[in-house]
Amino acid sequence: MKKFASALTAAALTIGAANTSSAGQVEVLHWWTSGGEAASINVLKDLMKKEGHTWKDFAVAGGAGESAMTVLKSRAISGNPPAGAQIKGPTIQEWGDLGFLTNLDDVAKAGQWDQVLPTVVSDTMKHDGHYVAAPVNVHRVNWMWSNPEIFRKAGATIPTSWKQFLVEAEKIKAAGFTPLAHGGQAWQDATLFEAIALEKGANFYNSAFVDLSDKTLRSEDMIDVFRTFRAVRDYVDAGFSGRDWNIATSMVINGEAAMQIMGDWAKGEFTAANKRAGVDYLCSPAPGTHDTYTFNIDSIAMFKIKNKDNQAAQKDLARLILEPEFQETFNLNKGSIPARLNMPRDKFDSCAHSSMDAFVATSAANTLLPSMAHGMSTPAMAQGAIYDVVTNFFNSPSMTPEKAVDVLARAVKSSL
Amino acid sequence: MITKNAPRFTLADWLPKLVMAPTVVVTLVCMYGYMIWTGVLSLTNSRMLPSYDFVGLSQYERLFNNDRWLVALANLGLFGGLFIGICLCLGVILAIFLDQKIRNEGAIRTIYLYPMAISFIVTGTAWKWLLNPTNGLEKMMIDLGFEQFTFDWLVNPDKVVYCLVIAAVWQASGFIMALFLAGLRGVDGDLIKAAQLDGAGTFTTYRRIVLPSLKPVFFSALVILAHIAIKSFDLVAALTNGGPGYSSDLPANFMYAHTFTRSQIGLGSASAIVMLGCVLAILIPYLYSELRGQRHD
Amino acid sequence: MTNVSLSTRPQKSMVATSLRIALYTVLLSVAALYLLPFAIMLITSLKDVEEIRTGTLLSLPSTLDFSAWGKAWSSACTGSTCDGIAPFFTNSFQIVVPAVIISTVLGALNGYVLSMWKFRGSEIFFAALLIGCFIPFQVILLPMARTLGWLGIANTTSGLVFVHVVYGIAFTTLFFRNFYQAIPSELVKAARLDGAGFFTIFRRIILPLSTPIIVVTIIWQFTQIWNDFLFGVAFSGFDTQPVTVALNNLVNTSFGGKEYNVDMAAAIMAALPTLIVYVLAGKYFVRGLTAGAVKG
Repeated sequence: MKKFASALTAAALTIGAANTSSAGQVEVLHWWTSGGEAASINVLKDLMKKEGHTWKDFAVAGGAGESAMTVLKSRAISGNPPAGAQIKGPTIQEWGDLGFLTNLDDVAKAGQWDQVLPTVVSDTMKHDGHYVAAPVNVHRVNWMWSNPEIFRKAGATIPTSWKQFLVEAEKIKAAGFTPLAHGGQAWQDATLFEAIALEKGANFYNSAFVDLSDKTLRSEDMIDVFRTFRAVRDYVDAGFSGRDWNIATSMVINGEAAMQIMGDWAKGEFTAANKRAGVDYLCSPAPGTHDTYTFNIDSIAMFKIKNKDNQAAQKDLARLILEPEFQETFNLNKGSIPARLNMPRDKFDSCAHSSMDAFVATSAANTLLPSMAHGMSTPAMAQGAIYDVVTNFFNSPSMTPEKAVDVLARAVKSSL
Repeated sequence: MITKNAPRFTLADWLPKLVMAPTVVVTLVCMYGYMIWTGVLSLTNSRMLPSYDFVGLSQYERLFNNDRWLVALANLGLFGGLFIGICLCLGVILAIFLDQKIRNEGAIRTIYLYPMAISFIVTGTAWKWLLNPTNGLEKMMIDLGFEQFTFDWLVNPDKVVYCLVIAAVWQASGFIMALFLAGLRGVDGDLIKAAQLDGAGTFTTYRRIVLPSLKPVFFSALVILAHIAIKSFDLVAALTNGGPGYSSDLPANFMYAHTFTRSQIGLGSASAIVMLGCVLAILIPYLYSELRGQRHD
Repeated sequence: MTNVSLSTRPQKSMVATSLRIALYTVLLSVAALYLLPFAIMLITSLKDVEEIRTGTLLSLPSTLDFSAWGKAWSSACTGSTCDGIAPFFTNSFQIVVPAVIISTVLGALNGYVLSMWKFRGSEIFFAALLIGCFIPFQVILLPMARTLGWLGIANTTSGLVFVHVVYGIAFTTLFFRNFYQAIPSELVKAARLDGAGFFTIFRRIILPLSTPIIVVTIIWQFTQIWNDFLFGVAFSGFDTQPVTVALNNLVNTSFGGKEYNVDMAAAIMAALPTLIVYVLAGKYFVRGLTAGAVKG
């Protein structure tokens, strides 16, 4: 029955923005609270102020947005959603299906979003062919960050395949360093797992994590992915469990660990520690994934609100997000690349340049793929099912790879 | 019963009920109404937000085929049993010790009691450090010269539940101690004197007279502890977030994750109903004795 | 009240003394263990970032550095605003004070009715209320959000007060009812024969006896509501977030390196009001429990 959803929508339309009285306020729910993110959001705040609007910052930190999603659901269900909220990927479609999101087509048309955004980005921002969200950046997830000093001391070279990774990791371990800095949280386990699976190629990846094909999930290749995943487990240190990603990054920065597989938000940590790309630390695609690119696009989806002034402010917000000024500053802080094409790139560092080039190249070669670990490829329920199996496998040495694929295939099927 | 002798004032008849009315309404709507609503949702395939496509009991079937849920339930059994048992023992012992005309009793009691005042949102980081093998207790002991000392329960999937028990006992045992202390202070002194005049030793006096008279306190404490155990959520969220893997998940965390982050409201609701079932299994005997006890008054 | 005491029995003084020493040793070492997490927080809050990185958990700071405290209070960032956690204390107090008062008053009246003015079904209702205490609060988030929206108090302080009162009543009623159960009903009976009404009896007879249980209830409710995170995060708006939510934001906000000293200082500050209540009123808490709250 759609009655409930439509009742909610009606509620959203009528009581929406009940507690906003003065003109032109936007309330934005987000969990950009770490690294340069908060500073980046301030840029947007200032731009909005210049336009004469008031910015109501609604930050809910923690747990990769888990608390923030709870808040958003509570707000939406009470008929009082914020003007904008940080949601992304298939989740935008789910909110759109329930009729909560507002139409941004006029802003998009004026700003020529269709021309300045790559198709893969603009598709995610649309629901039913209409723009409902504004993208702030594109993250590349399949990065490897390494400490060249440790590699030199251990006589190792940067691996370009997972097979080689195991060889080099052994040398690093022998030299007394932790080969892989890793944090044992479900999403980090999944990020690592995804990078290993990516080596099997774009077709395999798409079939497994986008189409969720039972056959692929049970395939010999998938068993092999789990096998490698288990082998890599030997090269993390004892205290990895529950560690935050940025603590893992600081292990690479401080010369305790040689490598970390993590998206380009990790760069913010290096920058904050005054380390230079290419000198103090190296960025390279995760082993065996040169020709592929898993993306994670952050965006702000706009909700239906009632107050006319606030609607105007909301439209201005959408417009400003796409403006080069914001795209540049935000992404310089956050480590990602602008969602807009053809931006001046002189202020960005070599890692960002490499990400920009790879984005264009993989886009042409159809190897530009949505990240499973970051909720871009599947709805939350399938992603959750994969998380459970992956993280459980990583932490239970007794589970065989053959058993893992069986559990994985069944978990994914039952989640749908 | 007083009401039988009540003068025939209509006011006196309806005033008590009127006073209770807001509570009754709120309880019916916000507790039972929501429970029923959750029960209804557990029969639907609700995803991100509630919907009403009924699918029978299939969410329950999925729930009990879900390995993570089974782990969470087993953890609750282990965690709950240990937590309740240790808190009760520790509470009684500390209360008896503290009841020996201790100097500075007030200060010591406050120290035992203070963890109850703080949430794990506040102490979570400190606990994580303390239990973490690379910078916590293990490192401290090794620095002190105990080279062989290992304490890696937090990162060991088979042992992590014991970490939860340690932190939970730390938080609740002082409160339980206070309950028992209050109970001890309420024990009839004449009985004890009589026993001592009969030549009963200290140990015998406690075993024969004091402890049996604490029975109602045991019962209250048991219910309070069971309540804390079943609702434990912050504890896991702050200490392990369910990890390593999902080996330290508890039902409340399972339910929250599935309802809010995983867009599986149907499954989450089913798990909530099972949790409520567990609660009732504990409460009904308690209520039975409570209400039956009243009749003898 | 009479203490049951090991020392009331005549003992050989040697044995007694060594027993006392053992007793104190046990009590004090347990106390030290209980203090450990808090000690770590306090020590860490006084170190600088470099010392935290290099030292161990319990190594004392080389110099006392209170700058983390100042920063946590007024200039640390919680999301994109950097005013420390000070502004959020107002929100918390605006939520806690009315919620504690309302739930205590309602609890007292309910307890009074349920023990002195029993009516048909009141026992069953009491049982129903008790069961209500045990609902996992995660369950009620969505329907409560809808109710709050419907009442027009979603994401406001009043909304949060409402939620805390609703889910606090069960406990407060339980406390008062059990306490009043122990008051001899003859007192009330006599007063009613003298023609005293419902509220007169409550004010003249019941209330003056209630101090211990009022203290217990207030301490309990204050702690529960102050420490609440779940309702605070789910039902607050951008300008009504309580201090626990702000603390969580602060701890998760970092620029480059994590400033654990600031995190810890903020955590201690957020816990200070409940700690003060326990330290100052702890005596009355145990006294209140003694006076009957725990007797099933």
